[in-house]
Amino acid sequence: MSIGTYSPRPGAAPLPRMIAAQTAFETKMLLRNGEQLLLTVIIPALLLVLFSSVDIIDTGAGPAVDFLAPGVLALAVMSTAFTGQAIATGFERRYGVLKLLGTSPLPRWALMTAKTLSVLVTEVLQVALLTVIAFGLGWSPHGSPFAVFLLLVLGTAAFSGLGLLMAGTLRAEATLAAANLVFLLLLVGGGVIVPLDKFPDAVRSVLGLLPISALSDGLRDVLQHGAVIPWGDLGVLAAWAVLGLGAAARFFRWE
Amino acid sequence: MRSETVQVAVQIAGLVKRYGSKTAVDGLDLEVRPGVVTAVLGPNGAGKTTTIETCEGYRRPDAGTVRVLGLDPVADAAELRPRIGVMLQSGGVYSGARADEMLRHVAKLHAHPLDVDALIERLGLGSCGRTTYRRLSGGQQQRLALAMAVVGRPELVFLDEPTAGLDPQARRSTWELVRELRADGVGVVLTTHFMDEAEQLADDVAIIDNGRVIAQGSPEELCRGGAENTLRFTGRPGLDLASLLKALPVDTLAAELTPGTYRITGKVDPQLLATVTSWCAQHGVMPDGISVERHSLEDVFLELTGKDLRS
Repeated sequence: MSIGTYSPRPGAAPLPRMIAAQTAFETKMLLRNGEQLLLTVIIPALLLVLFSSVDIIDTGAGPAVDFLAPGVLALAVMSTAFTGQAIATGFERRYGVLKLLGTSPLPRWALMTAKTLSVLVTEVLQVALLTVIAFGLGWSPHGSPFAVFLLLVLGTAAFSGLGLLMAGTLRAEATLAAANLVFLLLLVGGGVIVPLDKFPDAVRSVLGLLPISALSDGLRDVLQHGAVIPWGDLGVLAAWAVLGLGAAARFFRWE
Repeated sequence: MRSETVQVAVQIAGLVKRYGSKTAVDGLDLEVRPGVVTAVLGPNGAGKTTTIETCEGYRRPDAGTVRVLGLDPVADAAELRPRIGVMLQSGGVYSGARADEMLRHVAKLHAHPLDVDALIERLGLGSCGRTTYRRLSGGQQQRLALAMAVVGRPELVFLDEPTAGLDPQARRSTWELVRELRADGVGVVLTTHFMDEAEQLADDVAIIDNGRVIAQGSPEELCRGGAENTLRFTGRPGLDLASLLKALPVDTLAAELTPGTYRITGKVDPQLLATVTSWCAQHGVMPDGISVERHSLEDVFLELTGKDLRS
């Protein structure tokens, strides 16, 4: 390289370009990660196919896929916004990626925006894939797409807050273990594939307040039973979103 | 260009930074000139990295002021960050990213980045191919981190131990890049444990110990000032050193180490050398193999910071 190559010419790229670049990069890293794909794509798809075609769990009246598809969509949101984001962000923090980006021209809020957009892009891909599989299994959804959209957005906000809270406060290894454990527990106890009415009443009322239960129940109300707007579930998700994002903003440590 | 209007690249006054009950930086003052290479030396735990990270806006001072390119690193972060480049001591890269795509990504965050392909070539990162960051060698990881620090064409770069763990060839290539940066008007602040690195590269050296700057100056100034130098020669055994010492400044020492080999310790300057040789001439002594031993930066460093091992 010749003289003058390094002559200072500093400047940040325009914000939209930085956010677009960061979003694309984060999404690429996520889709390249095998463990993440297992969590976000393979497990939800397998559960949907397996439980729709094999009669293991009593899912009530009607085709099993009508019960399972909304639950698996809720699971997909949780796997990306909570589990995947917590693990990825936890390791980015551990490996100094957040620290280095903190000295780059990209503002912190723009980094968080990019992370959210990357989660949304992944969710769009997940929803598209799972919808195609569900239709293949004879799914007949009802209800308003707007209510579904609202549920998915609020669910994403709630899970993102909780995932970032975990990633920003625990050690990366602890986040990895805890995020996977929570994923498993909520998969079983959050009305995803096992109807909540299989649990005793006392347990059920507590489980019903979990974000995953609110999301799967709300999606089911709309997609299976044709409800217009499931206000109760939206309220629960909004409360989790405020709590989770608020706590994450307060306690998140960048290093 | 903006850099020409900056009189001082970094101005630190009375910086204090504590972690819990531990005081990492304890009233540190430091001035860094623009467009030169400044090496920050100090034992482990002296406060080097904390000081650098405060300049990067990464840590908030508990007391004192820090100005980088005339800006407050925390309050003016948005304005400052595009103008500086940062190389962390380790990490900073997505573990699943390849060297070239990570560098391309950082370049996209800047308005006028360097040519990424040329930079990859320059730093010998072309051979990394499709290898992800976590599988790169330590040297390749270091060079990628360096590339990421300079790709945005900053006015000032902070390099935290840029050659730690590098083999001699890679070290020299890194030194070469630092020289090229300076030649093109980029200021460089680097921390290092290698005294030869500071001697080779730095225009200014600041030695930090226990959270304060205990010496600052060019490598020559530091080696000259304070530290005692040594003059050696051989001659006839049994010279009258008492008579020689009468001709020399008061705090000079002289000793006959083995019969016929002499050592004079003190402030060795041209005047002292002339006095010794003329004394020898008067006494009919030929001072064979007369030599002046300049103290190295390492001697000065150890003298100032003590020779004890630190945890």
